[in-house]
Amino acid sequence: MIPYEFIPRTQPSAQALAIVPVLTVALSMLCGTALFFILGKPAGVAFYAFFIEPFLTSYNLSEIAIKAAPLILIAQGLAIGFRARIWNIGAEGQLTIGAICAGLIPITWPQSENILMLPAMIFVGTVMGMSWAAIAAWLRTAFNASEIIVTLMLNAIAIQILLYLINGPLKDPRGFSFPQSITFPEVALYPLLIKDSFLRANVSIYLVLALSLLAWIYVRHSFSGFRLLVGGLTPSAAHYAGFSAKRTVWISLLVGGAAAGLAGVGEISGPIGKLQPILSPAYGFAAIIVAFLGGLNPIGIVIAGFFMAVIYVGADGAVLQAGLPASAPIVFQGFILIFYLASHTLVNFKLRRIGETKEAT
Amino acid sequence: MDTIIFILTGTFATATPLLLAALGELVAEKSGIINLSIEGMMALSAAMGFAIVYTTGSHLLAFAVAAGLAMLLSAVFATLVMFFSANQVASGLAVGILGLGLSALLGRDYESLTLQAPSALSVPILSDIPILGSILFQQDIVVYMTITAGFGLMWIIQHSRVGLILRIVGENPHIAHNLGFNVLQVRFLAILFGGFMAGIAGAYASTILTPIWSQGMILGRGWIALALVVFGTWRVLRVMIGAYLFGALLLADLAVQTLNLGIPSQIMTSMPYAMTIVVLAIISRDTLRIRLNAPVSLGQNYRPNH
Repeated sequence: MIPYEFIPRTQPSAQALAIVPVLTVALSMLCGTALFFILGKPAGVAFYAFFIEPFLTSYNLSEIAIKAAPLILIAQGLAIGFRARIWNIGAEGQLTIGAICAGLIPITWPQSENILMLPAMIFVGTVMGMSWAAIAAWLRTAFNASEIIVTLMLNAIAIQILLYLINGPLKDPRGFSFPQSITFPEVALYPLLIKDSFLRANVSIYLVLALSLLAWIYVRHSFSGFRLLVGGLTPSAAHYAGFSAKRTVWISLLVGGAAAGLAGVGEISGPIGKLQPILSPAYGFAAIIVAFLGGLNPIGIVIAGFFMAVIYVGADGAVLQAGLPASAPIVFQGFILIFYLASHTLVNFKLRRIGETKEAT
Repeated sequence: MDTIIFILTGTFATATPLLLAALGELVAEKSGIINLSIEGMMALSAAMGFAIVYTTGSHLLAFAVAAGLAMLLSAVFATLVMFFSANQVASGLAVGILGLGLSALLGRDYESLTLQAPSALSVPILSDIPILGSILFQQDIVVYMTITAGFGLMWIIQHSRVGLILRIVGENPHIAHNLGFNVLQVRFLAILFGGFMAGIAGAYASTILTPIWSQGMILGRGWIALALVVFGTWRVLRVMIGAYLFGALLLADLAVQTLNLGIPSQIMTSMPYAMTIVVLAIISRDTLRIRLNAPVSLGQNYRPNH
């Protein structure tokens, strides 16, 4: 049917590894632009709205920082697990639980002026995101239950818990009929990057970049990071390195849950400032794409996270100015992951015409 | 009493999209492939189905095109997984996200529009039986066809040659290859079947079950279908029972809300997910029991050696 096939390389190709993100982005842009053309939008207008406009105003640049922070943070956490082939698909739920539990602090002390409130929320959110992921780690290690299914199910349950609380016990009595909590006090919020401005970007982006640096040091320079990396490449090699499978599961899920929980705090202590039905525009899923597009590499993830944030911000503008549908970025995300997975094959395989004799590699 | 009859009558229709999609996923998983794109495939075919019924009025055409479109998405997934040897989890998510995006794109002109649902099929005489008649014999035709498909599939998987090949491929693709079966071809067809069923499920949900379009109307039912396969431990009959149980729970959710029983509806909504986690933990602990039905090669790609 297809006259070509892939044959395994003896060792991963470094050249291919460098080309993959470029190829992915180029193909996705091509397909995205073609799609908008089909929708009757001039391709140039759509392209401009998506990829140029986000960089033109200080407001848009600030929005990029707001959206890049959770994407990068969650992706860094997930990548540690993905390298070891532990599939945490539950970041969205871990983010939600982290946000709910951290949100209890300002909801309990709405008049507080204690500057320790934000650090307390960061602590609680991180620990509770981690705890929600720990359910999946425990079920995987004690019962051998697939973490893919468990984390997916826990996403749905977390959303229901949030909906119950903001429609019931945590509902703002003066919020008319809106299902939302009270608005958080000043001390529950991350300080803005530029004080008293209309720009919403806050210092959480610095926290995220600092944690990314830590992740990079961990992966490059620590033995356990090396062992997790080896676990992802070849399970048998990980075994030789003396790394227990159970510990891999626990570390992967706990780190992923902690990152997602912290990202949840970033949302309620950042642009949102309260609990509401939608805490994240599917950051938990988009971060999976960011983790892959960044090659599961801490530095790559930072770049990929900013790229994905540009798409989110560009989409907002594109909806308003080019009349593009609000769902356009989701289609775009789909393209990115599909093209990434397809082109990544070139790293470990090479394309050969069927019928050619095998050459020594 | 009326509430109970309402729940029982509605259960079959509510469960039908769950069951259709779960049966498709079951076949794919039996061949060793886990496809996480059901939600996206259902969403896209729901939008397509709605658009076609809205413009042409033909349900048959809507189901055919919707199923075809979902199969196209599943073919993209199959290509990623088998030609490009990409990871199944990531590939499923990728195609699912694309499906959700395209669904919203396709459906944006139809937001909040409604369709005329075809009337239910009354089985003569039997539908006049008090209570039971309305529960069992006044359903739409897809409900009956889905039940038939379920039992048909049960026989095919357990007793036919096709079912045997499917199971061998899922159990051990290397042995299947050595026996002379084309593993990739079997898996490709199983994935396409999964797409077909998800397509029918999506079209049914948007054109017959709740014939009003809103973005995100699939409401996680693709994920429930995925859970059902695990809940039913890869056995068709158990998946069918599970589907009707989950269908009843989804409806009980509505009933609880209208009756104001003081039970938060969110508890009812969470039940299918919580039950799936519990069942998964129980069956996974006993390696012998999971070996009995779960396809051994599930999630692992296969590359034939030349």
